[in-house]
Amino acid sequence: MTDLLYSEEEEALRAAVRDLLADHCDAPGVIARTESDTPHHREAWKALADGMGLAGLLVPEAKGGQGATHREAAVVLEELGRAVAPVPYLTSAVVATEALLACDADDLLADLATGRRIGALAVALNIAPGTAYKVVQHEDGRLRGELTGIADAAVADVLLVPADDGGLYAVDATAATVTPQVSLDLTRPLATVTLDGAPGRLLGDAEPAVRRALLAGAGLLASEQFGLADWALTETVRYLKERKQFNRPVGGFQALKHRLAQLWLEVVNLRAAARNAADALANGEDVEVAVTVAQAFAAPVAVHAAEEALQLHGGIGMTWEHPAHLYLKRAKADSIAYGTAGAHREALAGLVDLQAP
Amino acid sequence: MTSAEQRSVTGAEELRDRTRKLLAAHPPASTDRLDFLRARFDAGLAWVHYPEGLGGVGAPRSLQAVVDAELEAAGAPDNDPRRIGIGLGMAAPTILKYGTEEQKQRFLRPLWVGEEVWCQLFSEPGAGSDLAALRTRAVREGDDWVINGQKVWTSSAHVARWAILIARTDPDVPKHRGITYFVCDMTDPGVEVRPLRQVTGEAEFNEVFLTDVRIPDSRRLGEVGDGWKVAQTTLNNERVAIGGMRLPREGGMIGPVSKTWRERPELRTHDLHQRLLKLWVEAEVARLTSERLRQQLVVGQPGPEGAGMKLAFARLNQEISGLDVELLGEEGLLYDDWTMRRPELVDFTGREAGYRYLRSKGNSIEGGTTEVLLNIVAERVLGLPAEPRTDKDVAWKDLAR
Repeated sequence: MTDLLYSEEEEALRAAVRDLLADHCDAPGVIARTESDTPHHREAWKALADGMGLAGLLVPEAKGGQGATHREAAVVLEELGRAVAPVPYLTSAVVATEALLACDADDLLADLATGRRIGALAVALNIAPGTAYKVVQHEDGRLRGELTGIADAAVADVLLVPADDGGLYAVDATAATVTPQVSLDLTRPLATVTLDGAPGRLLGDAEPAVRRALLAGAGLLASEQFGLADWALTETVRYLKERKQFNRPVGGFQALKHRLAQLWLEVVNLRAAARNAADALANGEDVEVAVTVAQAFAAPVAVHAAEEALQLHGGIGMTWEHPAHLYLKRAKADSIAYGTAGAHREALAGLVDLQAP
Repeated sequence: MTSAEQRSVTGAEELRDRTRKLLAAHPPASTDRLDFLRARFDAGLAWVHYPEGLGGVGAPRSLQAVVDAELEAAGAPDNDPRRIGIGLGMAAPTILKYGTEEQKQRFLRPLWVGEEVWCQLFSEPGAGSDLAALRTRAVREGDDWVINGQKVWTSSAHVARWAILIARTDPDVPKHRGITYFVCDMTDPGVEVRPLRQVTGEAEFNEVFLTDVRIPDSRRLGEVGDGWKVAQTTLNNERVAIGGMRLPREGGMIGPVSKTWRERPELRTHDLHQRLLKLWVEAEVARLTSERLRQQLVVGQPGPEGAGMKLAFARLNQEISGLDVELLGEEGLLYDDWTMRRPELVDFTGREAGYRYLRSKGNSIEGGTTEVLLNIVAERVLGLPAEPRTDKDVAWKDLAR
């Protein structure tokens, strides 16, 4: 039986993460950071991973993790989305961790779970679960090739690289050339990974590991998108109660009230879809349908919420100073990450037997 | 386990026990249907959240499922709730909250058992979304009130024994303050019911003309002039009833069109495929949202999502049934039957696609229009300010018509 609510423990976890982000990750700081050489927020990451042990939620206790489930990780992602926090949680603590869970690599798993190291799966961020991805050449334990669109690779200590022999290899980031790409999403920047004979350690078969990693990534991304959309709605409602034009609060005009009520409805629907995906991932039941439904639904809602936030804030929403743009950029990038809504609808057609003509 | 859950488990055991005793004393196989239902009511197992003596035992509402499961397993008859939805969902909670002891004793048992059908005399031709503008008059004459006016969109009026009625008792005060709530006897000679034919061709609803109908003051619910407040209880329960159904996957309007898609590959086009998948996803997410709301109710934390569910289902029903008609191509140009009928039960997902398309148009009007519900969400859930109003402090008789 699917549990779509939050437990008391999950609410306590949310409160703790929210407090931490309020202290360490305010919007002006995030904006300033995006213009520096280090857009990632390493102190916030350290506090989340080291201080709170959240990088190991998906890893069993016997393997150095917290032995929690996707339900708790989803709550963390809701809050990270709400703060549009530039930390590699989804990429390292979810996607790379899931890939390692599918392999035999307990030492690396423990490193990621404790936050000692950051991992990145070297598959482009736009790839949907179960679809083709680019690989590098493998020859005598050495890897050669260039992979683009690798999210958070700039802060990764270890890269998980799929090769042409069907294997997934661990490559130390110091053995690779990681070049930041100018990215639409300032808070989850992409990078190019170039391998020129880098040594790789075989972890296992790439295909099942990548599929599992991307499925979990796509499913939990919906919770990040929910958090982001909920911020956009809440902040816009707050602003429109304060902002006065024509001698009235702007939020009292029916045309705007209806738009916000419609957006509220989309956001509460997204919460249910995201909770359902997290619960399915945690229980291993109906996972593919739950994830594809959540991803087919989440992207348009998060983008709509961020677009409405910008529009309804008027001129101030268009400035670099106001954080609305960070959310819009994240929402738009998220709508491509781990497969577009269209890609997920296409996958769903096969899963629920609604075949194309 | 939380303490609330523990209490519920204990309550569940007690209710299971009570239900078994009822079944033992009145075996469904050898007991007359109405006799069984009356015995169930008297045992407090009709609606367990109602008070003792009025069909309940004051238990949490969520425990009704325990009783229903026991009874269903034993093959016991139910009270055919769809036939008496207005009585169960709207009249009963209002009588419970505002009725005198005598009124509760008189009305609730035959209402629940289904011996007496109820209807609702609220909307008028000139008072739809602005219900408080209603002009049906109630004038005091001795111990009676004399009612004159016209009501509309009344389902079950032609089979109803009783109606909940709101009428204007004081035209000299602002509109919300001059309304009083009554129970109207539908067999009164001054009540005339005429079928109201709708876009589907049939007449689910009626117009009701009230001419010198006499209602004794003892059938007033709540104080004179408090009718608007009393009606809020009725209307809030209506929205709970409309949005609160539990559905399996593909359980609503998306079911028939998905079935047609699977069975009729010759109808498929790429454009329809994209639109179908998009609506399938939205229907599934709406179902999950509704399920989440239900889970919140079970743990005693109702969320504001209820206000939104009707909005979501109205739009989805309309878009999905519209796609269904289009998918059918040449067949979509036909209609199953325009004959004027008065159906006893209405199934939004029944009949053919054309009927479903036309009937679903009402989903965004009945029980609060989509436009009014959006205002309610904006003001009560999001806390946005109301539009400035010109009708709140003016006597009803001085309002523009």
